[in-house]
Amino acid sequence: MKNWISRRKLALMGAAVLGTAASLFATTTPTLADDVVLKVYTALEEEQMPIYKEAFEKANPGIVIEWQRDSTGVISARLLAEKDNRQADIVWGLAATSLMVLDKEGMLESYRPVGFDQIKDDFKDLRSGWPTWVGMDAWASAICFNTVEAEKLGLPKPTSWKDLTNPVYKDQIVMPNPGSSGTGFLTVSAWLQLFGDKGGWTYMTALHDNIKTYLHSGSKPCKAVGAGEYPIGISFAYPGVKLINDGAPVEVILPKEGIGWDMEATAIMKGTKQLAAAQKLADFAASADANKLYNDSYQVLARKDVAATLPANYPADEDKLMISPNNFYEMANRRQAILDEWQKSFGSKDAPK
Amino acid sequence: MVDTTLAPNAMAVPRPVRPTVTGEDWLVRLCLLLLGLYLVLTLVLPLYTLLAKSLQDKEGQFVGLANFARYFADPAMLQSFGNTIFVSAIGTAITLLMAFLYAYALTRTCMKGRGLFRAIALIPLLAPSLLPGLALVYLFGNQGIFKSLLFGHEIYGPIGIVMGEVFFAFPHALIILVTALSVADARLYEAAESLRARPARIFMTVTLSGCRYGLVSAGLVVFTLIFTDFGVPKVIGGSYNVLATDVYRQVIGQFNFQMGAVVGLLLLLPAVLSFAVDRIIQRKQVALLSARAVPLQPKPRVLIDRLFFCLVAAMAGFLLLVLGMALFGSLVKLWPYNLSLTLKWYDFARAGTDGWGPYFNSLRMAALVAVIGTAIIFCGAYLVEKTRGAGRLRALLHLLAMIPLAVPGIVLGLSYIFFFNAPNNPLNFIYGTMTVLVVNTICHFYTVGHLTAITALKQVDNEFESVAASLKVPLYRTFWRVTVPVCLPAILDISVYLFVNAMTTVSAVVFLYSADTKLMSINAINTDDAGNTASACAMGMTIVATSAVLKGLHSLIMRRVERRTQAWRKR
Repeated sequence: MKNWISRRKLALMGAAVLGTAASLFATTTPTLADDVVLKVYTALEEEQMPIYKEAFEKANPGIVIEWQRDSTGVISARLLAEKDNRQADIVWGLAATSLMVLDKEGMLESYRPVGFDQIKDDFKDLRSGWPTWVGMDAWASAICFNTVEAEKLGLPKPTSWKDLTNPVYKDQIVMPNPGSSGTGFLTVSAWLQLFGDKGGWTYMTALHDNIKTYLHSGSKPCKAVGAGEYPIGISFAYPGVKLINDGAPVEVILPKEGIGWDMEATAIMKGTKQLAAAQKLADFAASADANKLYNDSYQVLARKDVAATLPANYPADEDKLMISPNNFYEMANRRQAILDEWQKSFGSKDAPK
Repeated sequence: MVDTTLAPNAMAVPRPVRPTVTGEDWLVRLCLLLLGLYLVLTLVLPLYTLLAKSLQDKEGQFVGLANFARYFADPAMLQSFGNTIFVSAIGTAITLLMAFLYAYALTRTCMKGRGLFRAIALIPLLAPSLLPGLALVYLFGNQGIFKSLLFGHEIYGPIGIVMGEVFFAFPHALIILVTALSVADARLYEAAESLRARPARIFMTVTLSGCRYGLVSAGLVVFTLIFTDFGVPKVIGGSYNVLATDVYRQVIGQFNFQMGAVVGLLLLLPAVLSFAVDRIIQRKQVALLSARAVPLQPKPRVLIDRLFFCLVAAMAGFLLLVLGMALFGSLVKLWPYNLSLTLKWYDFARAGTDGWGPYFNSLRMAALVAVIGTAIIFCGAYLVEKTRGAGRLRALLHLLAMIPLAVPGIVLGLSYIFFFNAPNNPLNFIYGTMTVLVVNTICHFYTVGHLTAITALKQVDNEFESVAASLKVPLYRTFWRVTVPVCLPAILDISVYLFVNAMTTVSAVVFLYSADTKLMSINAINTDDAGNTASACAMGMTIVATSAVLKGLHSLIMRRVERRTQAWRKR
């Protein structure tokens, strides 16, 4: 009995200690004004974010954006992991294919933003009149080509996907692993759509002989090319254009057969407590003003009525070369099968041959 | 006389003799239970919520071992497994050899510049993994300055992974080995010498066997670190697949938490192995520092001191070279095509939206982790190592403390989302706050701190506790008056270790930070993602500089502490 009492006393003491510790830990939340704070998850580039935020807040006083930014894979994984207790109100600037995964989980709210009729068909969720996501701009696969290193190695400049299977490029090409990178997957899915199923796999088998290594990120092949590590990298235009602007001896090539693409898109999270404000942001993201901002980084825009100009050093004709229609939903459904097949055939480049 | 109706159970049945359980013992048990509760809440339950997914399909239905079957059917899987074992084994062997020689030189020779070399050895801890990855590419990549040293082999693949992992694991092994080697009983050496044992024999039978617990711990730590690390293979592994990159591919590339959990579970294997080995070794370990021990003071040996100086200088030179290359990378305009220097990459307000905010978040988090983490870890190790009774509970707590080392950051980070963000978890108010980052980071780096504390505690003879107990000195007073001062160097080491790791950590906290708790280390990764490699390097160097300043302060304090509390180590 005596022991029992002392145990209880000790338990109480312990609880008191824990309670004090917890109160020490509690962080003070900043007091908010009357502004509505929108939690916006995004994979936009860091340099675009302050510009977009300022433009939106100026057009919608009383609403403040709080960004949560990460790379496409990390932010998508985080959104999915938070499924049971969602933190985000809206997603602005994430790959449409990632949003489709969220959509499949029933995590997106249907909303038809103002000016929806001005969005090109390729950039719409056309399954019903009430879309769950709306496109913003597109990015497409591209070849980054280091002119200095290519000259040292005596490599000609490739202009098409077929060129890349030329034995002259043996062990000179890097590309993203489609299992790790959305860019890798959209490129593979474009080959399957361009060359047909059988032709696509035959092409990849031929290309595999020239691949030096498969990397775990979509922009990394281009950046490695910019640093002179490899002469040729399959990637997308944005990092290449950035490298050119920084003065690297890089050219961005759009293969002439056609290019796979994905878009950045906006979607409201189902269950958000800030639905009205989130809808305002969705309206803004689909507006002509916002599209003009997207045009600083990308050539192909969602709106029909915004005449896109070519950003500095951006490769021409991306809009003409993008495969259309791009069967996103079919590819999403076949994704696992394609990745399994890819992994089986090419997943172990370093295996003794 | 004895009335049978009176307490028959107490009187009639002879009970086995048990040591009386005092109030103090209850206090100890309560503390053990609290520690257990803490580890269950911050480690076991979060991991369980994620790893349970390995037995579920995407809809959360129980599917038995189907995911495992699918994973093992993947032909690349066995290869990943083999690759992982291969680089881990080689990396561990090299790291242990280097760290042992280095630690030996620091503690058992009189070579010059020991303080400086000790500081240099910690460089890899101070640097976010981005920096060595980049520096190795700049040094040995296809445009690298020392590419020719690889004799036509290339850095991308097992060579790069082993180099990067050795760099990254070196200080972890060193911390444990220095602790193990810094205490020795001079009487053993005197005895060996008077028996005319040769130096080689003395080394084998006294030195090596005296620190074998440290060696085995260091080996297990390094093996597990390399086994589960994904930062190095991702940056420099090319397409040489290891288990940790498999997790990345499943979780970040394909959002397949179930398969990620399968691989995450496999990654726990070395921790289980470590625990088993640890139990076996522990039984044989005796306290080095009995209450009658005479601390060993290294004597100058000219030839050996010089030899070790050259050896250590070469290793330290390599560490400095890697750091120097990263510094260079943060200062050049455009590697490798425009090598003129600039400071513009250090203007962080230009690079992103956050300026210096993340830097101060990182400082705040690192300070909290260092203070709170050290208290929890050291007290925990003390409870596990030095108290009596509740043997099974203590063994269980020790096992739990070994687990975090084997959990890849991605797995730990996602576990925390699933556990702390669950709507029915009463603790979910900490999600998205600084608290969750602190708790997560303490958990992430728990094991090495724990092992350092255990190694230090093992060297203090249990007689102190026995004597104190027989003198009726309460346990907490012995703890405060004897154990803490004696172990103060190890305690400070642990807090510095936690601080610098909190400054550089990315893989787990990347899933947990929110807009107002963004960290510098995460900012560096994002900046590199955006293509501003040099600016990312600059952020990394800022972290290195901060941690180096702290480390400098630590050395100053250590000097005072050693004078005040460690005088007993000298004669």
